[in-house]
Amino acid sequence: MAKRNASISVAGLAVPFRIWGQRFAFLGLLALAFALMLLSKAETGALERARTAIVDATIPVLDVMSRPIEAGQSVAQSVESYFIVRAENERLLEENARLLRWMLMAQQLEVENATLRAQLDFVPEIAPRAITARVVADTGGAFFHSLLINAGARHFVQRGQAVVSHGGLVGRVAEVGDRSARVLLLTDLNSRIPAVVESTGDRVIVTGDNTPWPTLTYLASNSPVSVGDRVLTSGHGGVFPPGLVIGVVAEASEARVTIQPAVPLSRVSEARVLDYGVNGILPPPEQVPARLAAPVAAPIASTTAPTPGAETAQ
Amino acid sequence: MNAVAFGPVLDYSRRVVPGFTILLMILLAQLPVPLPFFPDITPALPLMAIYYWVVFRPDLMPRILVFALGLFQDALIGAPFGLSALIYLLAHGFVLNQRPFLVGKPFWVFWTGFAIVTPVAAFLTWLLASVLRGAILPTDVVLMGMVLTVVTFPVIAWALLHSQRWLVGSAETS
Repeated sequence: MAKRNASISVAGLAVPFRIWGQRFAFLGLLALAFALMLLSKAETGALERARTAIVDATIPVLDVMSRPIEAGQSVAQSVESYFIVRAENERLLEENARLLRWMLMAQQLEVENATLRAQLDFVPEIAPRAITARVVADTGGAFFHSLLINAGARHFVQRGQAVVSHGGLVGRVAEVGDRSARVLLLTDLNSRIPAVVESTGDRVIVTGDNTPWPTLTYLASNSPVSVGDRVLTSGHGGVFPPGLVIGVVAEASEARVTIQPAVPLSRVSEARVLDYGVNGILPPPEQVPARLAAPVAAPIASTTAPTPGAETAQ
Repeated sequence: MNAVAFGPVLDYSRRVVPGFTILLMILLAQLPVPLPFFPDITPALPLMAIYYWVVFRPDLMPRILVFALGLFQDALIGAPFGLSALIYLLAHGFVLNQRPFLVGKPFWVFWTGFAIVTPVAAFLTWLLASVLRGAILPTDVVLMGMVLTVVTFPVIAWALLHSQRWLVGSAETS
């Protein structure tokens, strides 16, 4: 009781000071928030390092937390497939017949190609290495479109690498921590991808605008682009390798042309980071560890990516 | 007995529960839910928890904690540092100020209070994010997210109420 009285009287004396102190703390924190926002805008290295450190520390927790969702998804898929098994089987049989014809044709072409290349002394293309990683967080909400994956510098992920899923482009690696990386989705406002419209050969830039349908910019106004045309990466600028499917044209009006990404971006659960060794226009990231500065001669397959490991894309 | 020996430890762990629930909400909001457009309209779970605890246990919800959790969220979502921190700080200040009108009232009053805080917070976030990114960001998803946030609030409030009953207690300080 005595203690309580004492504390009240001290508090009573200190009330004006406390109120002022609290106001000062509130305003101080407000000012700090604004200062940090401006500093972040200036992209200082220290803040980015702090961010990757925080993300790195959180990734194991997110990794565990996201597993039930993945499990739920696979249960839902198996239930769904149980109900459509007949129709699916019919479709697959048909598709298989079609694909077998394609396979024969591909084999013939492969032989023909090899012969022609041999005649030309063609220098073979480098097959890309790929690192498969789990998507553990779909961050940012309506304002920042990015994913966090559970592979980072220790799995030889580097800034600027293209990220694909089920054969379509997802985005590019924007930040790399030790065991995590942030993938900037192609729908994000900051995403610019040099591309080509397959049917017309028009060179365009796929520009993210934070809507689910990125727009095609720098498209000639008289271009005969129509809904359904495929849009592929062109490889210009050297950030993305050429020929990756970005999406199909969803709307082609006078005012704007938008595309529907080939990959349903909200359902990407596994992402493949491709390393073609083309880090063209992106400045070399200063935070890449020294062991990565040397050309990655070490076989990627020996590194332990968190999930299925490393493979080679076709 | 044992309860006496563990008293201070237990007491301390009870005091950090509110902060942990907000941390949990921040992480939950980032999980990759495989529904179309869901990432854009994820309910603002951390805001719900902040609102709840500022109303019921303001003594365990100092503004520096709210600020730090906001910074953590910014780091995670790839936003400029300070964006969520600022929004949470303002929400904290506003709710603390209006607390006398909310404490001890029926649930619908509590819910209405949240339905007032949410649009303001969402609009400010949209405004700041648009300014920081130098473009007018889409508003349709913000509106849908806002509606989803207000509609799902009772579920989260119910969960927090139980966490408070079992873990935190309702000792009022004011």
